[in-house]
Amino acid sequence: MDEQRNHIISALVMHRPGVLQRVAGLFTRRGFNIDSITVGPSEQDGLARMTIISTGDERVLEQITKQLNKIIEVIKVRDLDAEGTVTRELCLIKTHATSERARSEIIQYANIFRGRIVDVGPENLTLEITGTPEKIDALIDLLKSYGIKEIARTGPTAISRGSKTI
Amino acid sequence: MKGSQAIIKSLTDEGVDVVFGYPGGVLLPLYDVIYDSDLKHILVRHEQCAAHAADGYARASGKVGVCIGTSGPGATNLVTGIATAYMDSAPIVALAGQVGTSMIGNDAFQEVDTIGMTMPISKHNYQAMGASEIPQMIRSSFYIARTGRPGPVVVDLPKDVQEGELDYPENITIDLPGYKPTKKGHPLQVKKASELILKSKKPVILAGGGIIHSESSKELQHLSELIGAPVTTTLMGKGCFPEDHPLALGMLGMHGRVASNMIVDECDCLIAVGCRFSDRTTGDVTKFAPNAKVIHIDVDPAEIGKNVAVDLPIVGDAKIILSHLVRVISQTKDQGPPDWVDYVKSFRASCMPRISFDDVPLKPQQVIKEISEAVTDDTILTTDVGQNQMWMAHYFTSMNPRKFLSSGGLGTMGFGFPSAMGAKVAMPDNDVVAVCGDGGFLMVCQDLATVKEYDIPVVVCVLDNRYLGMVAQWQKLFYDERISHTKLKAMPDFVKLAESFGVGAYRVERPGEMKETLQEALKSGEPSLIDVMIDPDEILPMVPPGCGITEIVGEYKVERENPNEIPYRPSAQETGGD
Ligand SMILES: Cc1ncc(C[n+]2csc(CCOP(=O)(O)OP(=O)(O)O)c2C)c(N)n1
Repeated sequence: MDEQRNHIISALVMHRPGVLQRVAGLFTRRGFNIDSITVGPSEQDGLARMTIISTGDERVLEQITKQLNKIIEVIKVRDLDAEGTVTRELCLIKTHATSERARSEIIQYANIFRGRIVDVGPENLTLEITGTPEKIDALIDLLKSYGIKEIARTGPTAISRGSKTI
Repeated sequence: MKGSQAIIKSLTDEGVDVVFGYPGGVLLPLYDVIYDSDLKHILVRHEQCAAHAADGYARASGKVGVCIGTSGPGATNLVTGIATAYMDSAPIVALAGQVGTSMIGNDAFQEVDTIGMTMPISKHNYQAMGASEIPQMIRSSFYIARTGRPGPVVVDLPKDVQEGELDYPENITIDLPGYKPTKKGHPLQVKKASELILKSKKPVILAGGGIIHSESSKELQHLSELIGAPVTTTLMGKGCFPEDHPLALGMLGMHGRVASNMIVDECDCLIAVGCRFSDRTTGDVTKFAPNAKVIHIDVDPAEIGKNVAVDLPIVGDAKIILSHLVRVISQTKDQGPPDWVDYVKSFRASCMPRISFDDVPLKPQQVIKEISEAVTDDTILTTDVGQNQMWMAHYFTSMNPRKFLSSGGLGTMGFGFPSAMGAKVAMPDNDVVAVCGDGGFLMVCQDLATVKEYDIPVVVCVLDNRYLGMVAQWQKLFYDERISHTKLKAMPDFVKLAESFGVGAYRVERPGEMKETLQEALKSGEPSLIDVMIDPDEILPMVPPGCGITEIVGEYKVERENPNEIPYRPSAQETGGD
């Protein structure tokens, strides 16, 4: 059995209703794993870019790429290598924060992680942070002791470093 | 013009002259236009038959078949036929009615998510949201259905879209930036393949349905003769290589010929063309062609490496690649390995299946033999699914492509009869014979009304064993003969059933009768049914699921009268029985 690995797949697709369903449905039907999937408009009119994070061995990855390419509305597919790729995720974290001490500590953490406080309530703070999924995990870990009320993560999106494009 | 008129114009511009359909409320606008169009509409008696008929039409002719069903239940009934076409890469366009756009999503009467439902079983699908989209959409559908790896395309047509107004464009350009099938194989890969082939001592070609789709039978035969490689086929490939050719082995796999399975096991170079290495073909993949370098030629890159590890892939159209290979190899003027060819021929002779029996009840082998004798090389044979299908695959000698139609990938009972109907409509000058099991035929027998009404002279042979034979066979072999719900106790009298539809019918019970009756039925020029009473206990040797293709169980009756007889070599497992 080949080694299971995380893959960052970037796909340029037609920006049409149903395309996300086609892509996601393909993963379900073929038994491929989706860790996360993000989609939004690309630099080209009418085209969207999807970032799919998946786990599997090389054979599975090859099938994912080939099967994605078979979808008529998929224009291009690329497996991005982790080193040569900038990966970012956005996360909003609402924590419990009643004492002054807790508040100032949370604000400090936010600063260290280059996050921002985006909402303040009498009993809670909401932080915004972007970064690699690992960095976000680390911040969440730190904040756990204050009592996390809600987390919303976008899932990673990615782009290759340098001048390379797909 | 109206959307519905645009649909008909688009179809006629694609050269469609016949459609198989069944109307419904949301299709009233379309059917109103069909009323005075030149398009021939065949009203089937179940939408599943419309899809299978379109499929049979496509497989027999190489053209795109068209079927129509209404929204909701019409569309769900089409689904089995669409999935069948998808698994076997048959080009059809299925038009489905849909509730009005303002009602979509409201669980309106007869609404179903046709797009969602057919996404995983079609090559592509479209939903028209405005009448102006229709010309481009239908044009693209036909283009997608027939190019690259062929397949079914579904077009969902809401009622108000059929009623909407549009200006039919003068020119329609196909704009599919994400769809560019590769045709020419990579020259370097072709060169490497030729080197691999020339180095091999025991080459074998495995030919699939892709040979038929790409019309490359001639090129296949050239290659086989040039390099001295015997040819085995998948079920879908049956007929792409003349099965009386000295290098023809017959079908490979779970229900394949012993000769094919053994020779593939032995080969050192397997040239697979236009096939997808289905589990029915390979058996346990870890034991498949253990000594061979595998060359895989296919138009669909996703098939390469999907099931079987490939040493040398070539993506592209089989016809172009095979003729390229033949060109390259002919230049090097190397002779094929003669001792391999001789060995293959004598081995094949040693395990020729026995086909003549004088038993009553009739042995299926004898029935198929007589069918072979009654038809010509141009007769189109369709099969249903089950033992009938495997007996045909095994014992019927197919000589030409597009003359043996069978549901391989999905294994759809009920395929045989309606696909024969479609094939006959496409190829009126060819005789068309459907070979069915009693269970499968009963699933679609209502369409006897259709062949009668439109005078489509197909002959249906029902191999009547009063069992869901293939499943009963598995129960006999693998479940201690516990025949759980596979005995068909209450069955119609098929002769009377056919007669009640106004279709002529015969019953056959003894050796010799099948040939005579089939010839008579074909000569009558009318649709007819032959009820063939066969031995329910006869089973076909097979490879148990999960085993390697040489691990055959069941008694394999060998033709003893064969002049080149060499003692038959049974495999170790063959004597075991489980
Ligand atoms: C629609 C459908 N339902 C169930 C099956 C499973 N199945 C495969 S073969 C078979 C038995 C077929 O019996 P019959 O039509 O009498 O043909 P025979 O095997 O006896 O030739 C069944 C039930 C199937 N292939 N298709």
